[in-house]
Order: sequence, then structure tokens, then C-alpha cells
Amino acid sequence: MSVLVYIENIEGNFRKPSFEIISFGFALAQKLNLPLVALSIGKVSDDELKLAGKYGASRVLNAGNEKLSVLSEEAYASVIAQAAKQEDAKVIIMSSSFAGKSIAPRVAVKLDASIGENVVDLPETGGSFIIRKGAFSGKAFAFVELLSDVKVLSVMPNSYKVVENPVQPELSVFEPQLRDEDFRIKVLEVKRATDKVSLPDAELVVSAGRGLKGPENWGMIEELAEVLGAATACSKPVSDSGWRPHSEHVGQTGIAISPNLYIAVGISGAIQHLAGVSNSKVIVVVNKDPEAPFFKAADYGIVGDAFEVIPKLIEAAKAFKASQN
Amino acid sequence: MKILVCISHVPDTTAKINFSPDNKEFLSSGVTYILNPYDEIALSKAVDLASANNGTVTVIHVGDAGSEPTIRKALAIGANDAVRINAVPRDAQFVSKQIAAYVKQNPFDMILCGRESSDHNSSSVPVMIAERLDIPCVLFAKSLTIDNGNASIESEIQGGKEVLSVPMPFVAGASEGMAEWKIPNMRGIMSARTKPLLVVEAVDAAVHSGIHHFEKPAPRSAVKLIDPENAGTLFEVLRSEKKVI
Ligand SMILES: Cc1cc2nc3c(=O)[nH]c(=O)nc-3n(C[C@H](O)[C@H](O)[C@H](O)COP(=O)(O)OP(=O)(O)OC[C@H]3O[C@@H](n4cnc5c(N)ncnc54)[C@H](O)[C@@H]3O)c2cc1C
Ligand SMILES: Nc1ncnc2c1ncn2[C@@H]1O[C@H](COP(=O)(O)O)[C@@H](O)[C@H]1O
Repeated sequence: MSVLVYIENIEGNFRKPSFEIISFGFALAQKLNLPLVALSIGKVSDDELKLAGKYGASRVLNAGNEKLSVLSEEAYASVIAQAAKQEDAKVIIMSSSFAGKSIAPRVAVKLDASIGENVVDLPETGGSFIIRKGAFSGKAFAFVELLSDVKVLSVMPNSYKVVENPVQPELSVFEPQLRDEDFRIKVLEVKRATDKVSLPDAELVVSAGRGLKGPENWGMIEELAEVLGAATACSKPVSDSGWRPHSEHVGQTGIAISPNLYIAVGISGAIQHLAGVSNSKVIVVVNKDPEAPFFKAADYGIVGDAFEVIPKLIEAAKAFKASQN
Repeated sequence: MKILVCISHVPDTTAKINFSPDNKEFLSSGVTYILNPYDEIALSKAVDLASANNGTVTVIHVGDAGSEPTIRKALAIGANDAVRINAVPRDAQFVSKQIAAYVKQNPFDMILCGRESSDHNSSSVPVMIAERLDIPCVLFAKSLTIDNGNASIESEIQGGKEVLSVPMPFVAGASEGMAEWKIPNMRGIMSARTKPLLVVEAVDAAVHSGIHHFEKPAPRSAVKLIDPENAGTLFEVLRSEKKVI
């Protein structure tokens, strides 16, 4: 028996969300008194694979088959289910990234397992197995009891800290059976902005709304984000008006994020917006209207005109960063 | 072209959420229910595709009779007919099994869902339906066009998007922007009353999970205001009080 973590790589490299997943998996494996096995899919070097050992994976399976070098959710789900059977995994864990959300439910069906999606902390395991996840679009948490022998979990980025538990991992090649049908979706084109911090797993996010008046004023938001190493986001009307791309829109109909810090500039704080950001650890609101509802959901507030406040914040952020180095 | 749209019946997104004293149950009394916003986008897209391709739109819902007003709303927006599988939607494994069982008997060219429901926020049902039918799924679909039996779908990925060619039949989860919202007109509302709504009984399915209890997030402490003249002190405060930077 084991706990299995599937760790995503981006162009051959693991990123922080993968180390969070391994750290989470290690803590859970300890609670269950089981060994932790990591599975990597696609082309990844042995040195990179060994990194999994640093966070506690005692075995690393490498499904490096050439056919798997491009993500196919169907094929990856099949590989994960095959590895889970080989390792007799009782819990299978992955990130609730776009890819993870598209893969985990398939794995759960293949293994006739219970699924816990968007898990935000370590499950309770004394007797029953209970996970905590967001529900009602950020307005509550649901504690869900997973009843099947095998469980599949997808874990929210930024909800578990990376912890080192160094072991010498045993690397082994994993050769799954692959079907042609699992490659029937063809990728025609990929448009990825690799130079930017990716919003779903960003630790820091700077976001702006209609209070900024027009797309030409986003320079200062991007600059503040760049100085802090943050991702940028926006409210729905901003992306609806084409001021910013739809992929930046957060909220009930956009994406839900859970960064450590969310700075909202010129956003009123409508309930649909809060639905996507209320899981942020710390919220800072900049708004010229002291009555803006967002202040009720904020930890820190600056009542002022964004066009005066943001340049000050940029200068202060630069000075702060310089003092840290 | 036969299109199936899976719809869920959810508390209005502006509704106050309350639980029973033991926190085991969501209290639905006094709460208005709506068609899940993403499902409404999926339905709008389906109606557009059907009218351009001489097709039909069926909506399917797993739920009890209480959700019929939501189903009628979907018919008013433009679905041709509706199916309700008469069972309490226990979890994603259960719901997907019901829908897949129906589709195995009544095939469709395309199954559109919302990318997530606003109550469970799981994003599991669409993917599980696809897995049970052994067909492809694009969960985060931002746009969808059809030609010659293939769909071209723009899908959201980490840090960007990709364009996919997907053979029919398939499942797609609708995101904001895939279609314009449709507002039912008077004729739609009138005709919805007489459109067919078939009720079928559920197939047997194992129970995989159950709600243990709910909890509301701890309220944030009152906002601390920072003087805009000294806005720059924000970062020192974030470091010393919260350690987030
Ligand atoms: C079904 C549905 C789903 C929705 N989903 C989403 C969603 O996912 N995400 C989302 O964001 N919204 C969503 N909305 C829209 C939401 O209800 C609000 O309309 C929207 O969030 C408002 O955006 P905003 O705060 O940018 O603009 P506004 O509400 O116009 O607020 C602008 C704010 O900027 C402030 N301001 C103006 N000038 C300045 C200045 N110079 N300096 C500082 N502050 C200034 C104003 O005081 C005001 O508070 C949804 C709505 C519906 C009905
Ligand atoms: N009870 C249900 N009946 C029909 N479709 C559903 C039901 N629950 C969820 N769905 C569909 O699955 C999507 C995702 O729901 P969820 O997995 O709950 O986030 C929804 O947007 C609907 O399209």
C-alpha cells in the first residue's frame, strides 16, 4: 500500500506547486503510515526527478515515454490509474491546476474511488477520512467524508507549505499501456505567456477594476506587480470591455484564486468578485470611496485615488525590495 | 446535430448561506434557486449551434421535482426538450453515472456542461461523464466552433490558452465568454410550459462520499486603514504583521 502523488512538470521542470503536492503527500503518508511514491509523466531529467526525494518521496516513477511529452488528459489519467494499481495506492494526490482538475475525476472513475476536489488542508484521518474544500463560491467550507477504499484528491495551490524531508529516492521507469484513443484531441496551437507569473498558483496578485478608467492606465498595475513578483488580475467588467484578457478575470465566473496576498485597486467588491478571491490569506484594498463594500472584506485598506496611491506603492515596493537584498 | 446540456440547480449567487444548528445541512428555505450561471452559457451556446446546424437541444438534470422551475427556464431559453433523472444528486460519481447511463441509451453528438457548479465548485461531473462514455472532454472551454464533424475548441491552460481539434462526440465545460447570455422572451416562456419534460428513474449507484458538515469562513477582523499619504508603509506592515512578503 502507498500514497501516490502525481507531480506536473512544465517543460521538464517541477515548480513550487509540485513541491507543495509532495510535501502534502508526505504529511498524509506519515499520518497513514504508508510510503510516499511520486509519479512524473513526460520528459524529465533524472536530476530533476531526484528533487522529489528532497520533499519526502521515497520512490519516483518516471513515465517518460515520448508519446507522453505533450499533455493528453486521457492518457495521463490512464497512466496515473495504472501506477496507482501497481503501487496499490490508497490515496492519489494531484494539484487542482487546470490539468489536475481535468485528470483527477477520470482517475476517480477508473479506480471507482471517492474524489475530494480543491482540498485546502490535510484531511482528517482518525477513523473517517474527511477533506475540507470551498463550497458555495467562497461563502462556506464543506467537510466531505470520502467513503471508498481508494481516494483521489486535488489540492489547491498555496494551501500547503513546501516542507523538506530529504530522502534518497529510488528512481524507476514506468512503462504504461497506452491506447491510440487517448490521443484523439489534437493540439493545434498553444499561446502561453511564459514570462509572466501564472495567476492560478501565484502567491501575490495585484488586481484592478473599473476604477482605473481605461486600459491605458494598466501600466502602473503591471509595474507594481513586476516589482513585487506578482501576477496581475482584474474584475469581470474590465475583461468584458476588452481592457484585459479574459484569463485574468477572477470571481464567480472567472477563476478562483488563493494567494497569500491580494491587492485590489479600484474594485468595488461585489459578491461575485469576492467569490473568487475570499480565500486569499491577506487582502489589501485601494479605493477612493470609503464606503466601497470591499473594505468590509479587507485586512488593510487605503482610502485614496489610485492614480496617486499606486505610484507611491511602486516606489515603496522598490525600496522595500532593495532593502531585502 | 443532437446536443445535450447538463444543468444544475443552485442557490442564487447573491443568497445568504445558512446551515442547520448542527451544521450538517444547508438550509434552503427562503433561498431562490437559479440555473447555474456557467450552465446558462453552455445552454446559450447549444441553442446557437443547434439553430446554425439544424440541430436539437436536450437539457438533462439529476434532481428532485423541486428543480422543475429551473428546467422550465432552460426550456424557455430555447432547449427543445428536457430530461429529469429523479434522484437527489449525491456526489459527482453518482450524477455522472446517471447522465452517462442515459446517454448510452440515447446518444448525442455533443454534451455541454458548465465548467463548475456554484454550490459544489467541483468541476468533476463533466470529466466523469466523458470518462464513463470513453470520449474526450475539454473542461475549460472558452470558445467552440464546429465544422465537418470536428470541433475547434479554445481551452484555458496554465498561463495562456490553446486551440484544440476535438472529434465528436465529446464533453465540453463552458466558461464565461463562450456565448452571449440569452434572456428568455415571452414566446419562449409560453412555449416552455408545453415542451416535453421526461422524468426517468435513477440507475443503481454506489455512494462514494457524503457531507460531514459545513463551516463558514472565520470573519476577517476589521480593516486596518493606512494613511494614503504614507501608503508606502504598507509593505513593512505586511512583512511585520502578516509575513506574506
Ligand atoms: C452572474 C454574474 C456573475 C459575475 N461574475 C463576476 C466575476 O466573476 N468577477 C467579477 O469581478 N465580477 C463579476 N460580476 C460583476 C460584479 O457584480 C460587479 O459588477 C463587478 O465585480 C464590478 O467590477 P468593478 O469593481 O471593477 O467595477 P465597479 O463596481 O464599477 O467599481 C469600481 C470601483 O472603483 C472605485 N474607483 C473609481 N475611481 C477610482 C480611483 N481613481 N481610485 C480608486 N478607486 C476608484 C469606485 O469607488 C468603485 O468602488 C458578475 C455579475 C453577475 C450578475
Ligand atoms: N445534478 C446535476 N444534473 C445535471 N448536471 C449537473 C448536475 N450537477 C452538475 N452538473 C453539471 O456539471 C457541471 C459541473 O458541476 P460540478 O462538478 O458540481 O462543479 C455543472 O455546471 C453542470 O453542467
